[in-house]
Amino acid sequence: MVKFNIKDLNVWFGAAHVLKGVEMDILAHEILSVIGPSNSGKTTFIRTLNRMNDLNSNFRMEGIVGLDKEDVKAIDVEALRRRVGMVFALPLPLPLSIFENVAYGIRMYGENDKKKIAVKVEEALKQGYLWEEVKDRLSESAFKLSGGQQQRLCIARTLAVEPEVILFDEPCSGLDPISTAKVEDAMVELKEKYTIVLVTNNVKQAARVGDRTAFFLSGELIELDNTDRLFTAPHDKRTDGYIRGKFG
Amino acid sequence: MRNPHRTQKIAFFLLFMATLLIVVPVGLIVVIIIQKGLPAINWQFLTDIPRQGMRAGGIFPAILGTIYLVTGAIIFALPIGLFAAIYLSEYSKDNILNRLIRLAIVNLAGVPSVVYGLFGLAIFVIFFKFGASILSGSLTLGIMILPIIITSSREALESVPQSFREVSLSLGASKWQTIRHIVLPNAIPGILTGTILGLGRAAGETAPILFTVAAFYLPQLPKSIFDQAMALPYHLYVISTQVPNVDEKIRYGTAFVLLALVLFMNLVAIIIRYKFRKKKKW
Amino acid sequence: MTGSMRKIKEFIVEKLILICGAASIFFVVLIFLFLLKEGLALFNIESPLKFLFGKSWYPISEPPKLGIFPLILGSLMVTAGAAIISIPIGVGCAIYIAEIAPAKTKEVLKAGIELLAAIPSVVLGFIGMVTLVPLVKTVFHLPTGLTALSGSIMLAFMAMPTIVSIAEDALYSVPKTYKEGALALGATHWQTIWRVMLPAASSGILAAVMLGIGRVIGETMAVMMITGNAAVIPQSILVPVRTLTATIAAEMGEAVVGSEHYFALFAIGIVLFIISFAINATADLFLHKRQ
Repeated sequence: MVKFNIKDLNVWFGAAHVLKGVEMDILAHEILSVIGPSNSGKTTFIRTLNRMNDLNSNFRMEGIVGLDKEDVKAIDVEALRRRVGMVFALPLPLPLSIFENVAYGIRMYGENDKKKIAVKVEEALKQGYLWEEVKDRLSESAFKLSGGQQQRLCIARTLAVEPEVILFDEPCSGLDPISTAKVEDAMVELKEKYTIVLVTNNVKQAARVGDRTAFFLSGELIELDNTDRLFTAPHDKRTDGYIRGKFG
Repeated sequence: MRNPHRTQKIAFFLLFMATLLIVVPVGLIVVIIIQKGLPAINWQFLTDIPRQGMRAGGIFPAILGTIYLVTGAIIFALPIGLFAAIYLSEYSKDNILNRLIRLAIVNLAGVPSVVYGLFGLAIFVIFFKFGASILSGSLTLGIMILPIIITSSREALESVPQSFREVSLSLGASKWQTIRHIVLPNAIPGILTGTILGLGRAAGETAPILFTVAAFYLPQLPKSIFDQAMALPYHLYVISTQVPNVDEKIRYGTAFVLLALVLFMNLVAIIIRYKFRKKKKW
Repeated sequence: MTGSMRKIKEFIVEKLILICGAASIFFVVLIFLFLLKEGLALFNIESPLKFLFGKSWYPISEPPKLGIFPLILGSLMVTAGAAIISIPIGVGCAIYIAEIAPAKTKEVLKAGIELLAAIPSVVLGFIGMVTLVPLVKTVFHLPTGLTALSGSIMLAFMAMPTIVSIAEDALYSVPKTYKEGALALGATHWQTIWRVMLPAASSGILAAVMLGIGRVIGETMAVMMITGNAAVIPQSILVPVRTLTATIAAEMGEAVVGSEHYFALFAIGIVLFIISFAINATADLFLHKRQ
């Protein structure tokens, strides 16, 4: 089943043509890894999926990004971002307590019932593999957590609003290997309920985690295939070169 | 060529002297006012009304009038100034409107205080027919301190890291929700600092209130915002220049109270700013 | 609150924000308009040239003589005197604080300057009256110490916090590489300051000076209390003068609303507004040119 249908996507920031004619489908309940060297357009690409590029006043887009067959530009942007959540590269807790971080999105949608909020927060923290570590200190500042814990908090925070898709933008770049492993395990578990798009600079991580992998270069989608096939027998020479570390 | 090290020594010495020339008199001024004004300060001075044409008694009505005026000024200036700052920090783009607004703020900040007085007279006292009143005076002072509030609030808002806004929006919160729940609460210390500095400025100004509210001697305390009021700066002006034979102690005492009030407010603002910088959570 | 109610509320709030954003433009225009409304009425009776260059200011004579040239000269003289005193001392102090003072002293000095900036002008006027004015009288053997010189000294004092803090900012923003480059070539600290940093910070320092002067031109209370209020063309710096600002403050209380005197005072207000607008806009240009 297709979750995102992307047709002829072109993006400009000012005069810079950052994404060129991208066409692809993203399937429901898959983990799609997006790889490519810096400035290949990977981050711009996933930020188109939840319209975070709108924040940039130089942003211009042509083409269609369809979520469940609806153009994302036609969906109310706040509702869209609730359905398509995002975890950023650096752990970015809000300046609130652990509990309030996770509860933030829920509250913004108008939920006021304390009990319901508490239930959802616990549920989200469990899904993010953080509950056991923080359940006794929910009212502490989120900044007291370690980097890896903060990132899992950010995942829990996104899960709390019950999205359909989660976009991960190089989520482990600031993390140690153990925290990285925990985040990767979480991602694999999450795909049962959610669709996951993972942008990563770490080719090996993409191979470990992704069901399919997309390779971007200079704003173009070069190749998209099952991860196994892409990594063992890529069709395009450039894909092969990047995977082997010949450039990037 | 002369010895460059000797030149440096001379130059640095002169610069040091220049600095002393500014800083020492400031200290002297404060010391003089404390030394000569403090003897006048007692409970009666602060709570009594003036007697014998200001030659005796206290300055309570002037203190009260100043408090009323300053409160009125902030009631007017804070909401407008804060919202204007929110506009500049969160909504405005880099275009002509933005530059015009910035130019306007710079100019409002530079308009001579007596011109504010003229403006207040023309629009509030005469055009709106409020007459010389606390209302006219407060509104005039409010417009005068608007640039201070806008500028300091805008800086406070802009110092909140952009990443917080991105996170909030990515969770599906609206722009206003983001401002109200994330940006504003974390900018409050800076906003508070600016507000208190604005209050201090409003408390010390004389020219804007000369024609819009100030009276030298009122038989009763003001009962409504349409009444005139006495005010500390104006009071000091009059007893220094227009009333003969006022005891020196009373003049210095009035100066002392005004200076203490203004400096106290500045001190509070600085402390808030300092504690906030230390305590920043991110 | 339901989703759509929230959206309506937010729409209103965001419109309010936009309106307030434009508030400063609104108020500047409003001030200028009201000044014009009352001040231009003067030019039905008298020509602008006669107003600006007329040498006699006797508003209560019959017919009133409304030439502000003596007042312009008074303002100019006091301002020029203040500038001569405050620019070298202010910039010098800024250099000292920015480049030479040790860290702890720096904080104390900056606090002292902020303290000076916070003192209300009427308090400074009062102190000037009781200390500076008698001093000038004695030192120069004058019949009165209420002179342009006294005003200049006091106003220099009031301009200095502005000059010092903005000039200090300008010096602080000179890229460290300029300074390090010069020092690495063997220049002394002073040579570096004089030949590299000051020129690099020049537009900011110029802006600082302009804003300081702008502050001086607009000052009212201190000049009223110290310069003597004689609305005649000053023959030297040691005589009483009257500035534009002091004229408004001193005479508005007595001018009948709607009389020529009244309009003339507003016309002076227009002059002051335009002057301060010009100075502030230019200074702002200098401050942002280097960014």
